[in-house]
Amino acid sequence: MAGDTLLTATTAPPRPGPPLWLLCELTYRCPLHCVFCYNPVDFSRTGKELSTAEWLRVLREARALGAVQLGLSGGEPLVREDVEEIVASAHELGFYINLITSGVGLNETRLQALKRAGLDHIQLSFQDSTKKMNDFLSSTRTFELKSKVAALIKQHDYPMVLNVVLHRLNIDHVEEILNMAQRMGADYVELANTQYYGWALKNREQLLPSRAQLAHAEEVTQRFREQHGESMRIFFVVPDYYERRPKPCMNGLGSLFLTIAPDGCALPCQAARVLPGLEFPSVRDASIASIWYDSPAFNHFRGDAWMKEPCRSCPEKGKDFGGCRCQAYLLTGDAANADPVCELSPHHYLIEEAVAHTERPHVNERPLVFRDHR
Amino acid sequence: MDTIAATAKPAIGRGLRLQWEPAQGAHVLLYPEGMIKLNGSAAEIMKRCDGACTVSEITADLERTFGTHGLGAEVEAFIRLALEKKWLEIRS
Repeated sequence: MAGDTLLTATTAPPRPGPPLWLLCELTYRCPLHCVFCYNPVDFSRTGKELSTAEWLRVLREARALGAVQLGLSGGEPLVREDVEEIVASAHELGFYINLITSGVGLNETRLQALKRAGLDHIQLSFQDSTKKMNDFLSSTRTFELKSKVAALIKQHDYPMVLNVVLHRLNIDHVEEILNMAQRMGADYVELANTQYYGWALKNREQLLPSRAQLAHAEEVTQRFREQHGESMRIFFVVPDYYERRPKPCMNGLGSLFLTIAPDGCALPCQAARVLPGLEFPSVRDASIASIWYDSPAFNHFRGDAWMKEPCRSCPEKGKDFGGCRCQAYLLTGDAANADPVCELSPHHYLIEEAVAHTERPHVNERPLVFRDHR
Repeated sequence: MDTIAATAKPAIGRGLRLQWEPAQGAHVLLYPEGMIKLNGSAAEIMKRCDGACTVSEITADLERTFGTHGLGAEVEAFIRLALEKKWLEIRS
């Protein structure tokens, strides 16, 4: 109907700006086995990793388009021995370089070399404030090593950014985590609630905190801020399952973020590999410019023509872009549906059920699935 | 925050970087996992925050460069904001 057409008018995808944010997942290999990892659960079946020369080409092409923030992550990026060479090249090109690491593989020698190469920032992950829980959650003995690495980062005059992924098993330790961060001299602490993709989704039942746990953690964080001021900045990322509206995921797919997976697969988000029906191009076959501007996979979710109701006619569609495509697909089976986190989604009951489950006593739980090869 | 001493020497915050980005046609301030696109006047002030010039020298240089005067209050207001946001710091 004509009226309908007006109401549901969509806009053609505008020509996007440059991919300002480039995330290079250098490898899926990782010495840790974290239960909340968002890497694909079949990561061991992906193709051969890009060579050093291929990564350097990715950097040159992306930088020429205007990419300026560079994330080096994984897996554990330091598993690769060419990180120093990649950093040096990225620095020369003018990237601001963020290394996202578990700290495993970072010693004095490598840190000096990375500093010389022009690394700008290191984000170090911790699993918990206690050795026992850190080591359990990562299925490794890494707590003491991470503490040493934290001291090294400070010594080399880097701003220290600690990242702790929160979930049911550690969220009650937020106060201890913040005290630990302060003792280590952290400048920023990210208390990032688990996002349920990959391995984390497999373990959601055991990882999603209850509403009471979340409220307590937020209260503790607020009190800590009031007592200690802003010398250590704390970012508390609420789990989206407890929000009423979805997150503006990636600021809309294909608008700012470009991820290159270890095998060269170009993705509009690191979790997007799960989306069916889209052929994500490889940097081995195409230039970054043609991938970003011309490939069907990157254009598919630009604009809002792909949206279904209730997003299509929603006045907030320009604000949150319908939420996360991966979450919509993983939970509802259709990537074009509204992110079920949204209260307006007809699938919101899926989120409510998961949240309700957190209130039940957790007896006879399934065991946690640790990230591993299969 | 108190008023900034005219003799204070602001510098770009530790771990941050200011640079010109042709693709954005603007100066940007880069920090861990983020970026601020600066408008023209903010960029002109930030460019002069080298840890060696005092706030009054920065103001004088801006007034000279743009052939104007009376920029003191505006410059100080921006520097105060930038200090609060940790874009700038004063090293002693």
